[in-house]
Amino acid sequence: MGLLSYFRKESPKKGSAKLAKDRLQIIVAHEHSSAASPAYLPELQCEIVAVIRKYMDISSDDVKCEFIDKAEDGISVLEVNVALPRNK
Amino acid sequence: MAKVIVVTSGKGGVGKTTSSAAIGTGLALTGAKTVVIDFDIGLRNLDLIMGCERRVVYDLINVINGEANLQQALVKDKRTPGLYILPASQTRNKDALSKEGVEKVINDLKADGFEYIICDSPAGIEQGAMMALYFADEAIVTTNPEVSSVRDSDRITGMLSSKSKRSEMQLNPVKVHLLITRYCPERVEKEEMLSIEDIDDLLGIDLLGVIPESQDVLSASNLGEPVILNQDSDAGKAYQDAVDRLIGIERELRFVKFEKKGFLSRLFGA
Ligand SMILES: Nc1ncnc2c1ncn2[C@@H]1O[C@H](COP(=O)(O)OP(=O)(O)O)[C@@H](O)[C@H]1O
Ligand SMILES: [Mg+2]
Repeated sequence: MGLLSYFRKESPKKGSAKLAKDRLQIIVAHEHSSAASPAYLPELQCEIVAVIRKYMDISSDDVKCEFIDKAEDGISVLEVNVALPRNK
Repeated sequence: MAKVIVVTSGKGGVGKTTSSAAIGTGLALTGAKTVVIDFDIGLRNLDLIMGCERRVVYDLINVINGEANLQQALVKDKRTPGLYILPASQTRNKDALSKEGVEKVINDLKADGFEYIICDSPAGIEQGAMMALYFADEAIVTTNPEVSSVRDSDRITGMLSSKSKRSEMQLNPVKVHLLITRYCPERVEKEEMLSIEDIDDLLGIDLLGVIPESQDVLSASNLGEPVILNQDSDAGKAYQDAVDRLIGIERELRFVKFEKKGFLSRLFGA
C-alpha cells in the first residue's frame, strides 16, 4: 500500500500492542477458516461414513472432512480423510 | 454514475456517524449532489451530528411504507449546498427495513440526480446493518486501533464480500476502504496501541485515511457541524484528506506521527 511505505519500519515491540496484534492474528485466521466452511459439512460427513460402512466397519471418527478455502488460488478444496482399520 | 457508499464497522461507537457526516459534507463540497441516509432505525443520531434535528419531519421508514414521499423526507443541509440527509425513524425497529423498500429508495435517489448515496450503518450484523451494506458499491470500514474493533471490522469485511448484492449477483466486488479513527500517535509510539501498519497487516484493506483522536470531534457534535468544516482542526483536515483520496486525489498521511516537543519549545512551554 503506497501510502504506508514511507514510514513502515520493523522494530521490537515492548508495550501491550504486540500482544494485541498476536492475539488478533490468531483469531482472525481462525474465523476466516470457519467462515469458509459450508453449513452442510457435518451432514456430508455422516453420509460418507454411512456409505463406507456398507463395505467395512469404521467408526464415525474415522472420517474427517475439512473445507479449505484457497482464495489466493481462486479454488476451494474439500479434503476427506478416511482412516481404515487394520485387517478388515 | 451514482455511487452507494456504506460507512460500516460491526462495532458501535467507533465513529461511523461522525465519519458519514464529515465525508458526506466533504463530497457535497466538491459540487456533487450527496445524501447521507441514517440506517440506525430507533437510534437516530445523524440529524444531531449534522445539526438539522429540528427540521426532521418524515423518515426513511415513512418513505419505505409510502407514508411520505422522498421529497418530503429529505432534509436539505443549511450550510452545504447539494447536501441532504434522510433521517432514521425514531419509533420503529430495524426489521421495518425491507430489501425491496431500501432498493426503491436508492433507485429513486439515483433517478433524482444524487451522485453519492452515503449509508450510515448501525452497529451489529443484524437487519439494519445488512440493509445498509447490501446495495453498496464501496464501503468505508471504520476501525479504532483496539482489538474488538479490528476483529469486528474483519467480520464485516467478510459480510461485504459474501452478503452484499454485488456478491450475490457475482458483480465486481464492493470496493472496501479502511478508515482508522481515534488514532493516538503518542500511544502508538509507546507501543500501547495498535499501529496503522498492524491494522493494515491484520485486515489487508486499502487505507483511505487515519483520523486522529481529537477534542474537536466533540465540539463539532456539540455545535451540530460536521468536523470537516473545521479546517483548523487536525481531525477536520484528516477527513478532508480522506475525501480527496476517495475521489482520486493523492494525499500523504498526516497526523500519524508523534511529534516530540523540541528542546526550545519544552524550555519555553510552547
Ligand atoms: N476522532 C475522534 N476523536 C475523538 N472522539 C471521537 C472521534 N471520532 C468519534 N469520536 C466520538 O466517539 C463517539 C462515537 O462516535 P459515533 O460517530 O457516534 O460512532 P458510531 O456511529 O460508530 O456509533 C462520539 O462521542 C464521538 O464524538
Ligand atoms: Mg452511528
